[in-house]
Amino acid sequence: MSAVTAERPITTTPETHVLGQLDALESEAILIIREIVGELERPVLLFSGGKDSVVMLHLAAKAFWPAPIPFPVLHVDTGHNFPELLDYRDETVERLGLRLEVARVQDYLDDGRLRERADGLRNALQTVPLLDAINEHRFDGVFGGARRDEEKARAKERIVSLRDEFGQWDPKNQRPELWNLFNPRHRPGEHVRAFPISNWTELDVWKYIEREDIPLAPLYYAHEREVFNRDGMWLAVGPYSQPRDDEPVETRLVRYRTVGDMSCTGAVESPARSNAEIVVEVAASTLTERGATRADDRISEAAMEDRKKEGYF
Amino acid sequence: MNPTTNLLSPALDTGSSPALATGTLLRLATAGSVDDGKSTLVGRLLHDTKSVLSDQLAAVERVSRDRGLTGADLALLTDGLRAEREQGITIDVAYRYFATATRSFVLADCPGHVQYTRNTVTGSSTADVVVLLIDARKGVLEQTRRHLAVTALLRVPHVVVAVNKIDLVDFDEDVFDRVNAEVQSVARELGVVDATAIPVSALDGDNVAERSPRTPWYSGPSLLEFLEALPPAVDPVHEAFRLPVQLVIRPQGAALDVAHRDYRGYAGQVASGVVRVGDEVVALPSGRRSTVTGIDLGPQSLDEAFALQSVTLRLADEIDISRGDVIASVADAPEPTQDIAAVVCWLADAPLRPGQRLLLKHGSRTVQSAVRSIDGALNLDDLRAVAAESLPLNDIGLVTLRLASPLPVENYSTSRRGGSFLLIDAHDGRTVAAGMVGATLPTAADAPTRPEGEEEWEI
Repeated sequence: MSAVTAERPITTTPETHVLGQLDALESEAILIIREIVGELERPVLLFSGGKDSVVMLHLAAKAFWPAPIPFPVLHVDTGHNFPELLDYRDETVERLGLRLEVARVQDYLDDGRLRERADGLRNALQTVPLLDAINEHRFDGVFGGARRDEEKARAKERIVSLRDEFGQWDPKNQRPELWNLFNPRHRPGEHVRAFPISNWTELDVWKYIEREDIPLAPLYYAHEREVFNRDGMWLAVGPYSQPRDDEPVETRLVRYRTVGDMSCTGAVESPARSNAEIVVEVAASTLTERGATRADDRISEAAMEDRKKEGYF
Repeated sequence: MNPTTNLLSPALDTGSSPALATGTLLRLATAGSVDDGKSTLVGRLLHDTKSVLSDQLAAVERVSRDRGLTGADLALLTDGLRAEREQGITIDVAYRYFATATRSFVLADCPGHVQYTRNTVTGSSTADVVVLLIDARKGVLEQTRRHLAVTALLRVPHVVVAVNKIDLVDFDEDVFDRVNAEVQSVARELGVVDATAIPVSALDGDNVAERSPRTPWYSGPSLLEFLEALPPAVDPVHEAFRLPVQLVIRPQGAALDVAHRDYRGYAGQVASGVVRVGDEVVALPSGRRSTVTGIDLGPQSLDEAFALQSVTLRLADEIDISRGDVIASVADAPEPTQDIAAVVCWLADAPLRPGQRLLLKHGSRTVQSAVRSIDGALNLDDLRAVAAESLPLNDIGLVTLRLASPLPVENYSTSRRGGSFLLIDAHDGRTVAAGMVGATLPTAADAPTRPEGEEEWEI
């Protein structure tokens, strides 16, 4: 009935029953997703349409098959998203029959609850709308696609991570996480974030996307685009990222390794048009995905830690 | 075509790729005292397996330069929190990832400071191998004994001892031999069977990834070679089949396909052993029996499932099974019990006292429990039990617990999964202890009280 049915044997090492790496990571993620659903009342999955959240959704589909995914998805829309990504988000949600909640940064800017930053970047502005949406819907378990290999502060975070009533993460006071026993209990007003793909690397994600034949948004595959070079990154010409006079616009064959806001996500030059070609390219890359493509993460050594403490993803 | 299969179905001609060669996953944890150079060793492993990419290395070099260091301080790769960089110490477990041609590694970098022992317990609980660091100049310290004791207690299958800073003792074979002898003696005392020692310099990379010409007297493998060659920890085929039920999948009218309206499956991760279609199984604690008619992993049907696969089992009979139950092989199913004798690592600030009520989570079930007695605490100096009236933070003790309902617990020495549990503070949800079931007591009989005094027990 689908590509994953029976055609591919579960990878084992000869004669012993030991799970191959991708199967071990998949199983751990499914364990986590099921455990949060079993323990908590109102889970939600953060879904942006980006590759990590797509992998999470795919894992959730497997975890509950043949029943539908038993929770809604939430997207914090900065207003600076790539239109292709929003299209992909909407198509995917509709195909799976999921309920999509959208928290819009633009609404907060319009009525003055938030103000635009001097640099025009909206990534850090997502925290308040995210926390408000969690409170409004009384979500008690929030699935995120963060991976520990992405960033040093994320490398320190538990798979199931408590947030206080203000949504804050306290890195110095984390619960011990023992064996495979996850504990998402919390007091009223608190919630937990759960990161099912914590232990996956970027290469694992791509290998899994390839193995499972998961179609992504077209942005991830090589395409021709009008771009300009800023600080060594190729930024798309668009409503939120306009070249300055000294930044000539060129048409290049590019793709995106990560997809964030148009204003700060850089493309990489690449001819990779398929998942298989991307796996090869990522395996050979000498730059991290964030280093290569995110202007906002280059600012300070503790940028992510500070945002996370305040309740960011 | 139904909605889910769209997500799970091919849309691209992806072909196969050479980079797809996938090995097994090995989980390791580091342990060592403050200043043993643990973060440096981890940084070195990442660096020498080419797991540090050029922008990360450039950042480390820039910060090292700003601090007036001559070379790149590889510890900066792992010390991720502001307070850690400020104090130059590691506060919390950090997880790192590296891979070689044959294996992928998940590394839990555990802090060495004494007040953070709980993090070593955390890292060791999932580890296949612990890498214990010892400063060649200092030899075995109290911290080393404590870490080895925790490793033995948690039954980590392998221990490798990195005798670090061998460059600072002029690569002296005698120093290495002396430290190794000390380690082996403590390891024997603790019942750690397998503790290979390797002379290394994390700073310079000697014997970390590649064998060093500066230790010609050492003929063993480098640390990385050793880790690559480690056999899989346990062969779960020989363990009894257990699956704690996380959820009952029963889509009814919501089924993605009308063909699945009557589907009823029990979802969970196989904790141990192998289960095959046709096997007779028993649900615990009810004791009701049935036969496995199907094993599903998403829409894929399997003939068998084995340890650590997340699957959904279908059974021949509609017996009463819910979240928290354990599905087990019939032959050797454990007897559910309400009385447990266990070793616990106490991880909360306020001490554990007899009479205290706590939640106990075992597998996918959480029940009320009461501490009947504290039967001793482990003295880490001589590794013997002493009498104790309470267990303060970071203490390891023997306790007797009474459960509100029976659980099919197993002895931790035969099953790491079936014998482990958490104690949880019901008020705020904190995890306050890591527990390992020692001996189960008959359900009906009263738990005998242990005599006061210097009773010895092995960990």
